[in-house]
Amino acid sequence: MDLFVSQLMNGIERGVIYASLALALVLIFKTTGILNFAQGEMALFSTYVTWWLTEQGLAVWLAIVTSVVLSFLGGAAIERVVMRPVEQSSPLVIVIVTIGLFLAFNSLAQVVFGVEAEVIPRAYPNERWDVAGVNLKMDTVVLVGILALECVLLWLLLQRTKVGLALRAVASNPESSRLAGVSVGSMLMLGWGLAAALGALAGSLVVPITTALNPASMQEILVFAFAAAALGGFDSPLGAVVGGLVVGVANALTIQYVDALDGIELLVPFGLILAVLLFRPAGLFGKVHVERV
Amino acid sequence: MSADVPLLRVAELSAGYGPVQVLHGIDFTVEPGEVVVILGANGAGKTTTLRAVSGMIPARGTVEFEGRSLLGTRPEKVARAGIAHVPQGRGTLAELTVEENLRLGAFARRDAQVASDVERWYEVFPRLGERRDQQAGSMSGGEQQMLAIARALMSRPKLVLLDEPSLGLAPIVTQELFRVLGELNRETGLSMLVVEQNAGLALGIATRGYVLEAGTIAVTGSAADLATNDDVRKAYLGI
Amino acid sequence: MSRTGETAPGVTARPAGAGGAARVPRPAGPAGRNPAWLVTSLVLSVLGAYFFVYYVPQNYAPSRVDLFTEALFVGLAATGLNILTGFNGQVSIGHGAFFGLGAYVTALMMDDRAYVEFAGREWGLGDGVPFLATLPVVAVVCLVVGALIGFPALRVKGLYLALVTLGLAVLFPDLTKRFVRGTGGTNLVGLRGADLAPPDWYDWFPDVIADPLDDYVGARDQWAYYVALVLVGLLLLAVHLIARSRFGRALIAVRDHEAAAETVGIDLARVKVSAFALSAAYAGLAGSLSVLVARQANAGRVETFQLSIEFLVALVVGGTATVFGPMIGGFLVVFFRDWIDQQQRLEDLFDSSARAKLLSPAIFGIGLIVMMFFLPDGIVGGSRRAWRRVTRRRSHPIT
Repeated sequence: MDLFVSQLMNGIERGVIYASLALALVLIFKTTGILNFAQGEMALFSTYVTWWLTEQGLAVWLAIVTSVVLSFLGGAAIERVVMRPVEQSSPLVIVIVTIGLFLAFNSLAQVVFGVEAEVIPRAYPNERWDVAGVNLKMDTVVLVGILALECVLLWLLLQRTKVGLALRAVASNPESSRLAGVSVGSMLMLGWGLAAALGALAGSLVVPITTALNPASMQEILVFAFAAAALGGFDSPLGAVVGGLVVGVANALTIQYVDALDGIELLVPFGLILAVLLFRPAGLFGKVHVERV
Repeated sequence: MSADVPLLRVAELSAGYGPVQVLHGIDFTVEPGEVVVILGANGAGKTTTLRAVSGMIPARGTVEFEGRSLLGTRPEKVARAGIAHVPQGRGTLAELTVEENLRLGAFARRDAQVASDVERWYEVFPRLGERRDQQAGSMSGGEQQMLAIARALMSRPKLVLLDEPSLGLAPIVTQELFRVLGELNRETGLSMLVVEQNAGLALGIATRGYVLEAGTIAVTGSAADLATNDDVRKAYLGI
Repeated sequence: MSRTGETAPGVTARPAGAGGAARVPRPAGPAGRNPAWLVTSLVLSVLGAYFFVYYVPQNYAPSRVDLFTEALFVGLAATGLNILTGFNGQVSIGHGAFFGLGAYVTALMMDDRAYVEFAGREWGLGDGVPFLATLPVVAVVCLVVGALIGFPALRVKGLYLALVTLGLAVLFPDLTKRFVRGTGGTNLVGLRGADLAPPDWYDWFPDVIADPLDDYVGARDQWAYYVALVLVGLLLLAVHLIARSRFGRALIAVRDHEAAAETVGIDLARVKVSAFALSAAYAGLAGSLSVLVARQANAGRVETFQLSIEFLVALVVGGTATVFGPMIGGFLVVFFRDWIDQQQRLEDLFDSSARAKLLSPAIFGIGLIVMMFFLPDGIVGGSRRAWRRVTRRRSHPIT
């Protein structure tokens, strides 16, 4: 039982990590209809920026905030310069361009910041508490808190502000939005900027917990994030969070209890992705398009 | 009516899609308070005309709104200048609620009367009020057309461009629609440029009209003249 | 008449008014039956044949010959991907898995020590089977596996399909680690030099082409190269024939408009699954060839993903939906990677060869993006457009 609970906690922690990156994927998919294969590597690069800033003597929290802001600007710039010309193109072109970004960010991170694994200092003390026999880690609490905060802010932005309305409008019908006076380009840049910022935050908080920072840090996380986003529905932020938790817990329990999948645990997320896409392409929370003509 | 400057002046307008040219230099005007209708068969260039005016496709010639050139202006800027375009097919933001659709219409406004305007259009179009929290895409075609018009009006435009508002609607719904449009024009003096195939209804509310054929203006005249013109009657009124 | 001034290549503007004379459609093909084109292509073919059949294997050092072999099999895998992605419009970023499958099947059949551990039993897959005999097996295995994976693809499309195929690239190495018992219990299946030696009958060929067998090193790389060359030649011919066949037209029709293709009686499921199976077989055979050069089958996550991407790069750089484009792309990718890796100046610049080597993915990545902006139809597609423009300008307008 204890083992089960500790695996459950472990799964929740991982799930929150996947959810944070899945949120970024969803933001971009919602606004531009693109699956961004480079999301993980963009977050990786941002995390390297955080690390570099701490190396320059900046306090960790300050480094994270700076990196998040820079990533927002960088994400918006990528949308404008790299994605805008191909946004209406075929899936092949979009895959190629996002894979191009993937390669570029991954290797540039190494060229610029070095190939050795780096340690990012933690932004908060590494404490553990014993709550009713359950071992509760500060990491889990902080990650859950940050994710909850992200969700609330995102919900407020999308549902309660004019800019949020415009963002959703662009996702729904760019042409009508333009005719209503919305600058579609700015909204797409905003979407990418927000996604990059979320990724930067996720990476900067996650890497110190899981591993030292290395060029492959984000790749497995991206796979799980895709599974989370697929499960929840690529256009649903709420779905991303629930999906992330489900995938995280399912994976932790698989590793613990299913010997048949030893070493091939990644079958779980990809199996999920395939199953969802085959049988319920809109995901658990995605909107099935209802439209009368 | 202001002395000499028309609300919208279009001259020598040419436009098309890629290598295909659709409009071959057309001229028309809309005076303040007027409803102007453009009639024409499929492929005559009616929709292209509206798209060129609101900056959705590149064009050559002159497009002046209140004396200022609009040519080459991006659609969102044209919208902010006071032209609201109701596109063909209604352009419903399907995933948003009815009320969100309306609030989006007021996106470019900076004043504090958006909420009261929303209520005002719910009074004009009671069906929308009943469905304010419903997903807009789930409404009937007629309701979506009402929504599209209300959304356009939310920007408090000086000129509304309507692209075949009757398309795909039942005759009784179309009649109701044009009744409302006519009322709007009479009561508020709102100017409209309407593109239609249903010439009878459109001429009923119009001041003047133009007939577009293969990208050029073939006939112009007052609504009454057009309604009695033999060629127009044969071609567009089915008489 | 100024209104036809903006006519794009390939689009004939409708003649305006009664004055425009009707246009005669141009003959099909890049340049029709232009005699200059025939002569040029004849000369190029002879020179090309001399270079690839004789000059490369006889004059280059074994490591360089191996590089040519590598270019051939990367190009071959890209050619296979082209059947799926270029002609049929289904994007895969997981073809490294089929490539790996081919390599493993070949290596396991040739090696007498390695085996697959599955369902509590050891499956040897053969001891000392000659290389060429493994090829039909690889083709069949990959056809079957490709078809099986093609079935879900019937419902999953576009970017979603790309995501699913990414799973292939990520999972395949894990699967080999779990089930393959190779050298030292790892998933690496290494082959001994003797396993890779050319067969006896290779000695029957005149020494002009084949170095005598006792010159082991020279013979091995030449043997590998010739095998690759012949296989690639046959499979390119097959693509050429497919592209002109009913099946080829069905592939393109399904890519361009699925619903329309279905209404004219094309069996969507059959076409899409066949495309997947065929393309997997090509990638698998490319993997088999890789064993001759690498002398092993080995799959790591990074390598399998990188290979998958490399095939895609070769495909789009060369030109999608062209017969020779992916092969040309394969050569460019392999030789470019090799060139970058050898740049001493970069190593000096970064103070380490490890860092300098990292630059090639970055350049690949940025190059890909730039390519999509300016030459989305690849080198072959782009030069075909350029050629058409040149010939059109030169030839008298048909009236």
